[in-house]
Amino acid sequence: MFPLHSNGMISGLVCGLLFGFILENAGFGSPQKLTAQFKLTDWSVFKVMFTAIVVAALGLWLLRVAGLLKPDSVAVPQALVMASAVGGVLLGAGFAIGGYCPGTSLAGLASGRLDALVFMVGLLVGTTAFVGLYGPAIGTMMAMGAIIDGDTFTDAYGIAEPVVLAVLVVFLVAVYYLGGWFERRGSGPITAQQAVAGAQ
Amino acid sequence: MNTASTDGQRTVKPFWPSLTAGIALGLVLLLTFLISGHGLGASGAFTDVVAGTGLTLAPEATKANAYLGPKVADGNPIGSWMTWEVLGVFIGALVAAFMAGRFRVQLDGSRSVGTPQRLVRALAGGLLAGFGARVAGGCTSGLGLSGAAALGVAAFVFLAVFFATGLIVSRFVRGV
Repeated sequence: MFPLHSNGMISGLVCGLLFGFILENAGFGSPQKLTAQFKLTDWSVFKVMFTAIVVAALGLWLLRVAGLLKPDSVAVPQALVMASAVGGVLLGAGFAIGGYCPGTSLAGLASGRLDALVFMVGLLVGTTAFVGLYGPAIGTMMAMGAIIDGDTFTDAYGIAEPVVLAVLVVFLVAVYYLGGWFERRGSGPITAQQAVAGAQ
Repeated sequence: MNTASTDGQRTVKPFWPSLTAGIALGLVLLLTFLISGHGLGASGAFTDVVAGTGLTLAPEATKANAYLGPKVADGNPIGSWMTWEVLGVFIGALVAAFMAGRFRVQLDGSRSVGTPQRLVRALAGGLLAGFGARVAGGCTSGLGLSGAAALGVAAFVFLAVFFATGLIVSRFVRGV
């Protein structure tokens, strides 16, 4: 019965290898392609991310229904609404300004981009700044707006899981439809050649 | 667009279509949940590196730190699942880039915004992202992607605010 709770070196390396291989092949080592999502000219980030969310969420649900996955056995982030929102602002701004998020900066460096290495230095500095400043003030802010009833939509609001999944599928179709419209209207997705040549 | 194109001596293969990459990423994320019990991540490894370096350079201060203390209670976190996973991400992306002829050493964005500006922006962006990931308790992969697949409310709050902020900020600041 899943999950196996295998958290050693091999498990980490295998999951990471596959993740990194896909990130680069999706074009997510390129800050030009990544930031084009915010300019709405290239919807690859939305499309890939929401497709992956729906595939994994449906898989987890099906395996649980089939009795192969233990209920309440996979990690769900704590429903800290304020911390997630403030973190979202900082990561969204960091992505727009720096051109990467933490995971994609690894793909950026792996495809030869030295600006990704600079971004990673920034990540370490930012993390160090946080741990240096961490105390009651930041702790109180992070605990604000926490949902105490539960962390998932089902536990927090009583929405049945198939309903949540159905909403996600509808949203995914909308992302492809809307994204396709914007991409046809604008300059279109960043190609591999453009990405390798670098932002102009 | 779907055929390999030659750029000088190099043959640059096109990126995967979004649907292909998305399904592949979803299956890998599902596999990660089944093997480990949690999803994929990235920023946690940077925290482990900061904690591990702190433990080596200033052990007392690191153990006494309110945030890092609990993380170093069981020893050096370098060597955790997350640090191996991030090493795997780097190697996997390196293999992909070489296989597709997309590896090129460059300072991406130096032509569009200038080298000094690109360095400042990459550093500032990383700093904001590093700080923000600790506030949120995860980044785009750990909280956004993996948390959303587990149908966590926090993940969707994060993703909505993340994309809204990115849309607004990119109107005023050009990253690359």
